[in-house]
Amino acid sequence: MTTSSEPEIGRARLRKEDARLITGQTNWTDNITAPGLLHLAILRSPMAHARLDRVDVAAARERPGVIAAFSGADLAAEQGSLPCAWPVTEDIVLPDHPPVAVDEVRYAGDPVAVVVARDAYAAADALEAIEVDYTPLDPVLDLEAALADDSPLVHADKDTNRCFSYHQPCGDYEAAKARADVVLHRRYHQQRLIPSAMEPRSVVVLPVAAAGEYTLYSATQIPHILRVMLAVTTGIPEHKLRVIAPDVGGGFGSKLQVYGEEVLALILAKRLGRPVKWTETRSEGNLATHHGRGQIQDIEIAATRDGTLLGLKADLLADMGAYLMLLTPSIPILGATMFPAIYKMDAYDFRCTGVFTTQTPTDAYRGAGRPEATYAIERIMDDLAAELGRDPLELRRHNWIKHEEFPYTTVAGMTYDSGNYEAATDRAQVLFGYDELVAERAKRNEQGDIFRLGIGISTYTEMCGLAPSRWLRDMRSGAGGWEAASIRMLPTGKAEVITGTSPHGQGHATAWSQIAADVLGIPFEDVEVLHGDTKLAPVGLDTYGSRSLVVGGTAVYEAAQKVVAKARQVAAHLMEANEADLEFSNGAFTVQGSPEAQKSIQEVAFAAFTSHHLPDGMQPTLSAEHVTDPDTFSFPHGTHLCAVEVDTETGAVKIRSYVCVDDIGKVVNPLIVEGQVHGGLAQGIAQALYEEAVYDEDGNLTSGTLADYLVPGAPDLPEFVTDRTETPATSNPMGVKGVGEAGTIASTPAVVNAVVDALRPLGVTEIRMPCTPERVWRAIQEAKEASR
Amino acid sequence: MTRISVKVDGTGYEDDVEPRLLLIHYLRDHLGRTGTPVGCDTGNCGACTVDLDGSTVKSCSVLAVQADGGEVTTVQGLAENGELHPLQKAFHDQHALQCGYCTPGMLMAARDLLAENPHPTPEDVRHGLEGNLCRCTGYQNIVKAVLAAAGEQREATS
Repeated sequence: MTTSSEPEIGRARLRKEDARLITGQTNWTDNITAPGLLHLAILRSPMAHARLDRVDVAAARERPGVIAAFSGADLAAEQGSLPCAWPVTEDIVLPDHPPVAVDEVRYAGDPVAVVVARDAYAAADALEAIEVDYTPLDPVLDLEAALADDSPLVHADKDTNRCFSYHQPCGDYEAAKARADVVLHRRYHQQRLIPSAMEPRSVVVLPVAAAGEYTLYSATQIPHILRVMLAVTTGIPEHKLRVIAPDVGGGFGSKLQVYGEEVLALILAKRLGRPVKWTETRSEGNLATHHGRGQIQDIEIAATRDGTLLGLKADLLADMGAYLMLLTPSIPILGATMFPAIYKMDAYDFRCTGVFTTQTPTDAYRGAGRPEATYAIERIMDDLAAELGRDPLELRRHNWIKHEEFPYTTVAGMTYDSGNYEAATDRAQVLFGYDELVAERAKRNEQGDIFRLGIGISTYTEMCGLAPSRWLRDMRSGAGGWEAASIRMLPTGKAEVITGTSPHGQGHATAWSQIAADVLGIPFEDVEVLHGDTKLAPVGLDTYGSRSLVVGGTAVYEAAQKVVAKARQVAAHLMEANEADLEFSNGAFTVQGSPEAQKSIQEVAFAAFTSHHLPDGMQPTLSAEHVTDPDTFSFPHGTHLCAVEVDTETGAVKIRSYVCVDDIGKVVNPLIVEGQVHGGLAQGIAQALYEEAVYDEDGNLTSGTLADYLVPGAPDLPEFVTDRTETPATSNPMGVKGVGEAGTIASTPAVVNAVVDALRPLGVTEIRMPCTPERVWRAIQEAKEASR
Repeated sequence: MTRISVKVDGTGYEDDVEPRLLLIHYLRDHLGRTGTPVGCDTGNCGACTVDLDGSTVKSCSVLAVQADGGEVTTVQGLAENGELHPLQKAFHDQHALQCGYCTPGMLMAARDLLAENPHPTPEDVRHGLEGNLCRCTGYQNIVKAVLAAAGEQREATS
């Protein structure tokens, strides 16, 4: 029995995960080996778009150590087509997507042939012996040109590069616009990003050929979804396939995928009857692991002279890349309802056109659709403030939903359960020293300082916690959004929590232990969390979209409540008392009025194990399971303030201070939350200042390595000041909200707004991301030219 | 094949290796020292950082034959007699890791940094770890952890 009365929920527990990770006793997929393990290597197209006239693997087969080599045609009968599980419109164009191209390659990096050899070096060597004849075809790179009638086609059989058109009108935007004094139109660009999880992708398949059984290890966020989709894609029966996500080194959406290499490792292990491993190199991954973002955003906002918003219009072109992967078309649509953000208005109109290009497919990257929405609205709010001569924070305050108005249904039809934008903003202003910085900015502008000061604001909200299953149905997703947990008390009073979430850095083993320990009243150390293996944790929908705590953590909480409910029945029987007379606290049942008689939950667990004295008809053992399918999303929010200094002679941007006050409701572990916020900020700032996947005019990825793609290092990022307000969610029993993506969603517009704010007195109104010194410098020169 | 003799985390090994074999692959695939991972192929990420004869190297950019006659320390050799290295303890205490993939290299780089500069400022730490990328933490808690370990080392030696 525990004597601690400090609630576990809310404690800054150090992580259980760390012991392995800080000592190198890890189990990354690439660590896994097996007797007779074979290594898979993949020959990839060096061209963005070409016809495959001949793929000859004969010479590769003769190379030392090579066991087999196959072209796409060799595998055509069994490789299937990679799935898209979220076709967002009825008439969406769904092209075939073979794991190895058969007659045409459609992006630089598209697989052309495979080699299986006794070691990875031999496999890589043998790729050079494969002969391929390509007939180059025109690349398709520009989203607008791709939609022109005379554009070359990514998929000639589809007669169009238009993947889908999605329209969501909310109210009468044109009528709202007609009443407006001010209408602003802006075009913003969301550059392509490379998610860059530190662990490259890897997959290992261990077959028991005679039994038709396969164990597949993958560096994946989604072992459960992967198992279903691999069964459907390969025809291997689902119950003969075990999928394990061992230690996984980050994902950020990039491992929320069913990749061709996973299919290939599986079908080759089946064909060869031998274990097969594939691990990507980083430069291979930059080509072949899906990219994120990639949008052109035409945004229009209509307001009265006093700054009251009337309407908003968003018209997006979204870059799908060459094929539709698991969630590709849904990513921009996940932002559809979030452009109006925290603001009240009469009308809103959302359009999105998905466009095929001959580039790496896009899909989820931290935030997935919501960072794009937040960027657009928070950028144009600053532009509107400038147009009206208003303080941008005051303009936001004038238009946002007041704390007493919750629950509030937005113009886009989302009902926000809770929030307090005033409290978060007030706190952030104090921490930031807003008024002092405004004064300093004015002084520097007045003096014509070379180093200009800019203040950037982002008062964001987002929708997360994927997701209500019925909402997903209505949005044409192929699956639901529930999450499962089960808890079993062991005979000695310890507990095992089995979760359907699949952590890869988020610390679920720690946080779920806290939730279970809190409800069960047992020590934190007595809880073990099992996850990421379809044999151990058979029911689940995995980790993405800031869903794990809100959906999966809630399932743990509810399952633990069920355990206590059963324990109460057993305890009442053992104590010869009425259930209604029992009190449960700190892990012990007592009878009201006679506190000396008590049964600990550990004693109850042992009694349930022996089952010598259970009530008639009660099942032995103490365990329970629960599946949570939320009614609604989670809506974290907050206020981020960024101060930058811009060197107007070189264009260099330095973040001088960054303050964020987030409201993510009730916090389970403040240490983990703070870590999530820091990492989220880093990735959002990286989009604003550093990162971009760049293609040349032929469709070659020129940012193909970590030498060319600027993932920020420690000197590139500032020290963050973080704080929280706490407005509990009303949509789940713990009052929690998601936090995994909030920092990324909020920070990008805060930084770019700051850069533009610094340069507005010089006539600069827009800088494309990433705001590199060259782009900033050019924007200053162009503004100078224009003012001459 | 070339004969090499290397001491890794206190144990001596003699092996015949291909001259082109990278040190990281020798450690991982030949010796089973999988605590040190591979994060890139251009020497940028630093995940594979180990100590070779007293200074850090990115073991993806060193050939196994270059380590012949040398002594390698990896993250798996940091703890002594079951006692965590002060940096390991500080990384845990300060929540300086999330997925943990960069951590082995980060620890080795930080150890080298503190050996050269036992009294670093936060800026010194940021610049000293420039060659090691982390995608999860935004570096803030890593900087805190290294400064905390520096403080502890100072206390231990004073």
